[in-house]
Amino acid sequence: MAAEVHALDLVLVVLLVWLGWRALASADLFKAVVQFIVFGLLLSLAWVRLGAPDVALAEAAIGAGLAGALLLDTLARLGRDGAADETRPLGLTPARAGIALACLGLAGLLVASVLLLPESWRGLTGPALQQLGNSGVSNPVTATLLNYRGWDTLLEVGVLLLAVLGLWILDVEPPLPPPAPDPMLGLLLRILLPLAVVVAGYLLWVGAHAPGGAFQGAALLAAGGVLWHLARPLSLPATAPVRAAVVLGFAVFLGVGVAMAAFGGGFLSFPPAWAGALILLIETAAMLSIAVIMLGLFVGGRTGKAGE
Amino acid sequence: MSLALLYGLAGIVLVAMGLYAALVARHVLRRLLGLNVLGAGVFMMLVALASRAVDSAGRPDPVPHAMVLTGIVVAVSATALALALLRRMHRHDGSAQLPEDRAP
Repeated sequence: MAAEVHALDLVLVVLLVWLGWRALASADLFKAVVQFIVFGLLLSLAWVRLGAPDVALAEAAIGAGLAGALLLDTLARLGRDGAADETRPLGLTPARAGIALACLGLAGLLVASVLLLPESWRGLTGPALQQLGNSGVSNPVTATLLNYRGWDTLLEVGVLLLAVLGLWILDVEPPLPPPAPDPMLGLLLRILLPLAVVVAGYLLWVGAHAPGGAFQGAALLAAGGVLWHLARPLSLPATAPVRAAVVLGFAVFLGVGVAMAAFGGGFLSFPPAWAGALILLIETAAMLSIAVIMLGLFVGGRTGKAGE
Repeated sequence: MSLALLYGLAGIVLVAMGLYAALVARHVLRRLLGLNVLGAGVFMMLVALASRAVDSAGRPDPVPHAMVLTGIVVAVSATALALALLRRMHRHDGSAQLPEDRAP
């Protein structure tokens, strides 16, 4: 772990701040979104530098990939006049000076509080690593997500479920004109889609002892699905199988938690002997669900069949 | 200057920028970009400060990492829902700005 600052870090930080600002202040929203995607990719480099490869994997697939695809899709649907904005969208006017001052004040308070923190600090590293032997996995981040803080992750899967339900409630969107058939995209799909499925399975399995896990695997599966949708438009109406796939992760997670509460331990506290198998079960169900949910968030209730 | 401080300060800059854009921008998509940059700044502060708590093998604190992982997934799902609401508003009203921001 490199604790000292390299020239790379300085370049990365300057680029991140500059790209972050351009992503907000570019008058052309298309440029802004593209800069936001590049910002997300560089952000995953920053996570690697800070010793968080699990976060870097998720950021590259979800933060930069999926969020970028969603933003570009919305921009295309808004059309030329809908995507038009002021020439100086964030320009300082007298009315905005107060807001700018308040943001600067908040930044000042945050800087003061960060400077007041001690240079080195024990945090929760010790307890988290000591209990690793009882958690069923040897990757501390997976142990935190699925075992120590299972509640957070259960509710997170719940939030995802609510998001896709919210999307399905909205009225049906008119379909975009079908894309011109692109032989390259079809070829790419034939190579990348099986690869995405294999790598997602690998990430799910390896997440027990190395960077990876259900969320990263699900993001890859969803990215494969998005590519599929771009090459040959999919429809994902809220039929019974799709609904079952969307609910599966939350239901299995909750079911395991309740079973643990019924047979001893307490809600979501796994006995060490079973923890590894239970975590793998939950992660498999969660990965499938999250992949379908994320694909559903992109493909949306736009098919005309959903919600009728 | 330590790595934690450098990235922590960069995170604060992103928080301030994102908050300003989310409050000031007229176009809803730009407001959403602002919220996402604000979130990225918060995540960066969390991960940067976690890198201070390193054990003897050099592993940083995993708890903030798990929180940020959760945060990234929640942020993208909330963004997806907000974008769907934006598309619906634009379809019904023909404007991508909130009603109180529109020119009369």
